[in-house]
Amino acid sequence: MSETMQIHSEFEIRWGMVIDIDKCTGCAACVVACQAENNIPPTPEPFDRLRTVYWIMVYELSNGKPFPHADRAYLPRPCMQCGNPTCATVCPVVATTKDEEGGIVSQIYPRCIGCRYCMAACPYHARVFNWHDPVWPEGLDKTLTPFVSVRPRGVVEKCTFCHHRFQQAKEKARAQGLNPNHLAEDAYIPACAEACPTGAIVFGDLNNPRHRVSKLAKSPNAFRILERIGTEPQVYYHSTRDWVRLQADNSLQREKEKVKQS
Amino acid sequence: MIDAKFIPEGVQRCSLPKFLAWLVFLGLILLWGVAGVGLIYWRGLGVTGLDNYFGFGLWIVFDLVVIALGAGAFFSGFLKYILRIDQLKNIINLAVIVGFLCYSGAMMILALDIGQPLRAWFGYWHPNVHSMLTEVIFCITCYLMVLSIEFIPIILENRQLYKIRLINRLAHNFHVFMPLFAAAGTFLSFFHQGSLGGMYGVLFGRPFAFREGFFIWPWTFFLFILSAIASGPVFIMLIATAVEKLSGRRLVDFNVKSLLGKISGFLLAIYMFFKLLDTWAWAAGVLPEMGFTFDEMFNQVYGKWLLWTELGICGVLPAVLLIVPALRNIPALLYIASLLTCAGIVINRFVFTVQNLAIPVMPFDQWATYIPNWTEWSTSLMVVAYSAIIISLAYRYLPVFPQERRLNT
Repeated sequence: MSETMQIHSEFEIRWGMVIDIDKCTGCAACVVACQAENNIPPTPEPFDRLRTVYWIMVYELSNGKPFPHADRAYLPRPCMQCGNPTCATVCPVVATTKDEEGGIVSQIYPRCIGCRYCMAACPYHARVFNWHDPVWPEGLDKTLTPFVSVRPRGVVEKCTFCHHRFQQAKEKARAQGLNPNHLAEDAYIPACAEACPTGAIVFGDLNNPRHRVSKLAKSPNAFRILERIGTEPQVYYHSTRDWVRLQADNSLQREKEKVKQS
Repeated sequence: MIDAKFIPEGVQRCSLPKFLAWLVFLGLILLWGVAGVGLIYWRGLGVTGLDNYFGFGLWIVFDLVVIALGAGAFFSGFLKYILRIDQLKNIINLAVIVGFLCYSGAMMILALDIGQPLRAWFGYWHPNVHSMLTEVIFCITCYLMVLSIEFIPIILENRQLYKIRLINRLAHNFHVFMPLFAAAGTFLSFFHQGSLGGMYGVLFGRPFAFREGFFIWPWTFFLFILSAIASGPVFIMLIATAVEKLSGRRLVDFNVKSLLGKISGFLLAIYMFFKLLDTWAWAAGVLPEMGFTFDEMFNQVYGKWLLWTELGICGVLPAVLLIVPALRNIPALLYIASLLTCAGIVINRFVFTVQNLAIPVMPFDQWATYIPNWTEWSTSLMVVAYSAIIISLAYRYLPVFPQERRLNT
């Protein structure tokens, strides 16, 4: 990739995830927790996956083999908070940036003009558009999270690693006289990681050797999706199954055969 | 006729009732589009056929196509005022009008397409200098202003308006400064035509569109400029021919049309040379580097036939037809070649917008298919109807074609 098309910001803290695909059962508790936490409105088109607002989506992977060798895996996909995001450079109005300590790609709703260029740029489909006015049925509005703004129709949104929880954790650390830039491992966890019943989602600072993610991300079975195109995601996955790891990136037939031989 | 005194001297026009009937027909199409606009602004973009995979759809294809075809305005202006190709004075008024309509039409569509139209000015207030789209926003708004300034003297030349001394002088002065506006238009249009291509070329997460390039400009930047200036001149010629067929009068000498065909032909040949090179480099270099094969870029819906049609039937073939004088000087072949050239641009902008987004990039994802619905069609046709109305009014009341009187005596 051309050097001129890359933006690299070096951060002292790099919030990231390691998702163990071998532990994920595809229960979608992460999806539900995310929707409740981030005030994602009920959709008028619940059966149209491509018109629904979601910040994390669970994909079903198959090894493509018939019974008895058939195997399945589930892959939760939040925003990858790319080290070299495809979206931030293209936004014409600086409504999405990667410039805050922690490396979380921001989304500034009051500035977004809804051109959807960032959606076209993101190969992970991590960005969604508000096709409809957000409407909560009477009574359900009482479940709204007070810390997360509700987005109007006509803007793009995406997973922010529950950024408000990061803010709260920093405030709490300051109140306790601790360094907000050196949060303890569990001081800040997004809703999806908190809700996962099998503990498949581990969250922390990838740069902090005391956080588990920094070690898990270095495992020989850890991988990232579409690493080859140079997006440098801050979300890692883990699986001991070869066929799962092979589905993380595109590769030519000769490359696949080479991997199998080795 | 009641409006006879407003019709340019020495030319014939159809009766007013016939003209009004034509306007009513166009007005009905326009109204259908206005209904679509109303629904979109009332209910939001949820009423369209767009979705989270196809954030760009028919509207962006339409915008890219009309902006490319509207390049005839800046390029004809460049050839007429800067390179001094005098014969083009016979088509330059129409080129300006068509350019104005293409750009104003594109702006109307963009005002619908963005989710927050009231924030459209944020492109100036919070500009991201790294984004190709920011440059597009700057240039198309500035160029629309230039085109409006270029359109004004044509309106001022209306028979009745021109009698007013102040307007007469004003129109004359506009003409004196026209080379300046033509130069400004060339500069602005050149860059945003390129940036529209650059918009796709920089998408390094999209294997269909991504290209390496020169400094900050991916190769698509240059290819979009070349394809726009190759198709713009023949598009103006086709519009002139359509007005001729509808009005039953000769408006532009065939020599001028042939000249426009020749200009387009040579530019198309240059474009095709680089486009073929680019396609080969993409298939043999960019795709394998990203882990993709050429075959993976196509499926049953978005098939290879689109590529072969674009490169062959709508690329190499019209280039040959337009370059060889013996073929170009046969009117039917000139028109067919011109139509094919424009169709090639439509296919090119379509595949870069829609096919690009349909391709699954994550290996476990699936192909998607986009079908625009009536709200997108009606609003796009609304712009076509609006353009037809303005051209009809201009043809009837303004001296758009300097050769008309001579050709019809």
